[in-house]
Amino acid sequence: MTPFQYARANDVADAIKQIATDPSAKFIAGGTNLIDLIKYDVEGPTRLIDISHLPLRSVEPTAAGGVLIGAMVPNTDLAYHPLIEQRYPLLARAIMSGASQQLRNMASTGGNLVQRTRCFYFYDTTTPCNKREPGSGCSAIDGVNRINAILGTSEACIATHPSDMCVALAALEAAVHVAGPAGTRTIALADFHRLPGNTPQRDTNLEPDEIITAIELPSKGFSANYSYLKIRDRLSYAFALVSVAAALELDGDTIKDARLALGGVAHKPWRSSAAETVLRGERADASAFARAADILLHGAKGYGHNNFKIGLARRAIMRTLGQAARGTPQSNSDKKIR
Amino acid sequence: MARSGTARRVTRAATVPEKIPIRLTVNGSQMELTVAPWTTLLDALRDHLDLTGTKKGCDHGQCGACTVLVDGRRINSCLTLAVMKEGAEITTIEGLARDGELHPLQQAFIDQDAFQCGYCTSGQICSAAGLIAEGKARTPDEIRELMSGNICRCGAYPNIVAAILQAMERS
Repeated sequence: MTPFQYARANDVADAIKQIATDPSAKFIAGGTNLIDLIKYDVEGPTRLIDISHLPLRSVEPTAAGGVLIGAMVPNTDLAYHPLIEQRYPLLARAIMSGASQQLRNMASTGGNLVQRTRCFYFYDTTTPCNKREPGSGCSAIDGVNRINAILGTSEACIATHPSDMCVALAALEAAVHVAGPAGTRTIALADFHRLPGNTPQRDTNLEPDEIITAIELPSKGFSANYSYLKIRDRLSYAFALVSVAAALELDGDTIKDARLALGGVAHKPWRSSAAETVLRGERADASAFARAADILLHGAKGYGHNNFKIGLARRAIMRTLGQAARGTPQSNSDKKIR
Repeated sequence: MARSGTARRVTRAATVPEKIPIRLTVNGSQMELTVAPWTTLLDALRDHLDLTGTKKGCDHGQCGACTVLVDGRRINSCLTLAVMKEGAEITTIEGLARDGELHPLQQAFIDQDAFQCGYCTSGQICSAAGLIAEGKARTPDEIRELMSGNICRCGAYPNIVAAILQAMERS
């Protein structure tokens, strides 16, 4: 572990000022991922700037009919917030399917977005990894890649983004509010995370001197017809092999609007506007769901151990869309998949 | 003299980070301690305050043995920096009993034989105290799901769930 100094940020402007003056500094909020990475010597900041006490802890309705979530709201508080439980249950279910209650009590909303991959080789500092050490190579492509990506990969990296929350945020078309030395800006969630390409060391389009201040949800919450299905090696407290966020707006049994996002399969939450377009105007049945699944999984490629994910994802998509259409979302405590 | 002293301090700060004095309320008692910035709450409790009831299992947030309550909420103390909890109220397994009476969860773990080796038990009990305070779990399925952050390698899970149900009924 690299020893580090510690400083507390007084407000957002102070946080931006402190990070700008020290390129080897990092923000710390919940710390659930960063402290772990520091212990493994994957990250080695020489200064931690504590932003956990910043007044970014409210969950409030917006004038546009949506909800603005402060970046420091703990994951548990967000999932249990009445506005989220009632209007965005897809988000609540996704959050509650990730990590453990202890970790959800610690982890912040903003931090969840910038958590790093759990690829075995990213954590194992004795092996090459282009994300950890650019140019060193990818050990996962020809290695034990059971948990790795099948979509949007590159020759440099087949890591996945590990978040469940972000899969729901992608389906709900959330926006990320950030602040930096040049002022504030808003990044659509779809544009926040990056594909690995030749720069897998960059997970997101957040600049090093920027701070996430809030996540904004638009008004449409799909609270009647939604489901989040997470397939993993044990029934709780494990990262997704494949997860699906499905949200439908129905008129009788005809699909008026559809959202579909995958987790555990790519370097970012995986969506395709074509897969959602093909569902609109169709009857909510298995043949429509299969067409959407095939479009969303177009170009999927296995690397050996993870070949099974392609078929698993197709079946999980169909199952989740069925749950959403019937209004019977996957339970987080009853693990039977119906 | 003053100038050279200041210069020395700046140089030292740039290489070896200074220790930081903090105050914590631990099991109702005000504690003052001086810790390195990277000292976890777990190490502060065990090594600085001699409260060794809280266990170090994986030290990576994967097993739950280090679970304590911070301002009433259960967290993994191994992934928490002590300096970030300045002023917080910490409750560990040592702070659950009241006036010589075992906490209902402690009694329930004994009644239901909810441990074998006992290494995970203080984390299980602190986590269960957090669970009951949250008020979200009612059924065995819900208890299992919301206790999944506490691993028991002896496999005492059925008895742990029974113990938590017993304590919930009596609280």
